[in-house]
Amino acid sequence: MKIKSDWWKILGVVLVLFSLFQGLMGRVPVLPILHETIRNIYYHVPMWFAMVVLFVFNAVYSIKYLSSGNEHHDNIAVESANVGLFLGILGLLTGMLWAKFTWGEAWSNDPKQNSAAIGMLVYLAYFVLRGSLDEAQKRAKISAVYSVFAFPVMIVLLFILPRLTDSLHPGNGGNPGFNKYDMDNQMRMVFYPAVIGWILIGVWVMQIRVRLLEITNQILEN
Amino acid sequence: MAFIKETTTLIRKEFLMEWRSKYAFNGILIYVFATVFICYLSFKKIDPITWNALFWIILLFTSINAIAKSFMQENRSRYLYYYTIVNPAALILSKIIYNLILMSFIAFICLFFYTVVFNNPIHDFSYYLLAVALGGLSFSSMFTMVSAIASKANNNSTLMAILSFPVIVPLLMLLIKFAKNAMDGIDRASSANEIGVLLLINIIVFAVSLLLFPYIWRD
Repeated sequence: MKIKSDWWKILGVVLVLFSLFQGLMGRVPVLPILHETIRNIYYHVPMWFAMVVLFVFNAVYSIKYLSSGNEHHDNIAVESANVGLFLGILGLLTGMLWAKFTWGEAWSNDPKQNSAAIGMLVYLAYFVLRGSLDEAQKRAKISAVYSVFAFPVMIVLLFILPRLTDSLHPGNGGNPGFNKYDMDNQMRMVFYPAVIGWILIGVWVMQIRVRLLEITNQILEN
Repeated sequence: MAFIKETTTLIRKEFLMEWRSKYAFNGILIYVFATVFICYLSFKKIDPITWNALFWIILLFTSINAIAKSFMQENRSRYLYYYTIVNPAALILSKIIYNLILMSFIAFICLFFYTVVFNNPIHDFSYYLLAVALGGLSFSSMFTMVSAIASKANNNSTLMAILSFPVIVPLLMLLIKFAKNAMDGIDRASSANEIGVLLLINIIVFAVSLLLFPYIWRD
């Protein structure tokens, strides 16, 4: 590991460890309904940030693949979708756990919950499409087209639709949940590092998976 | 200018092919009648919210079936001919416009038959028609590209459904909300957000389809 090029991996590990520790031990404001579950914000919300970053990677590298035809770009695209999907599932699970405590039900028909679940479906369909094609180049090209086609729809799903309706999530409609005034400065000092840390870790995991995939392919070819 | 001429010629070709066989259109028409009638026989009477949801579900499945065919009839040798004479953007645009006309037509027939069989709870009928027309536009722009993608993956109709459901859900949610507002007859301005977002998504889908189709039309 070279410090010059790999410093961000160390930074990611440090930030995530810091937020894991501070998340459990740090001081949080005492709020009705939320109580101590407010700590989940350090674990639940960064998952979504990291997922969106990885899905953006997927779209960008799909476009790059279409213009270059370079297999490496396709590998990055598919592994970004893989890791993004995994982070999305973690985000759904942590969110459901939190919803169980604060809203009373794991699935509360909240627009953001529904949208996130459908957003996952887009990438599950992407993998089904990949699975149905045998020829490697055709698979890469057609799945890249589908992912670029579906990306704007996913953006609408995650960022525009929930804002058009009332949501139990903070920031939409009237609810006793969390809004920007509930998070004091001390919490922000943990929250932002957690977001950055998880994004970096997600990208790192993706990179390792790409290398693994390429080595496997090389071995299979020989 | 050449582009517009190519597109209109291709649209004419689509209509001519359909007119000669009438296979797709008649098939879809029977599909609509059968589905609506089965729904009537099993529901008999329904409340307005279910009325609206059921209508859009029928329309969704009808349009998936109608549009899935749009690339399946194109065989390999005809594609070879296309490569030599047409612009890929003109080809996809002609398919989208043809599907749009077909879908709007079928959607209005579906609405007519549906309101004849079930009683009609719509308060603002002209606005509901606008919702149906926007629905036809959204379904055709979305599903044409998806059917092009699915046709490259061995023409699998299950794949068509799998690929199109996640991308159509946001549009369908907006459409159902807009249509419900029209059905309840509440103030027209309250649906402005839905209409704006729907038009925006459709423009994006149009642009993305025109940009992406050239990458998949050749194997």
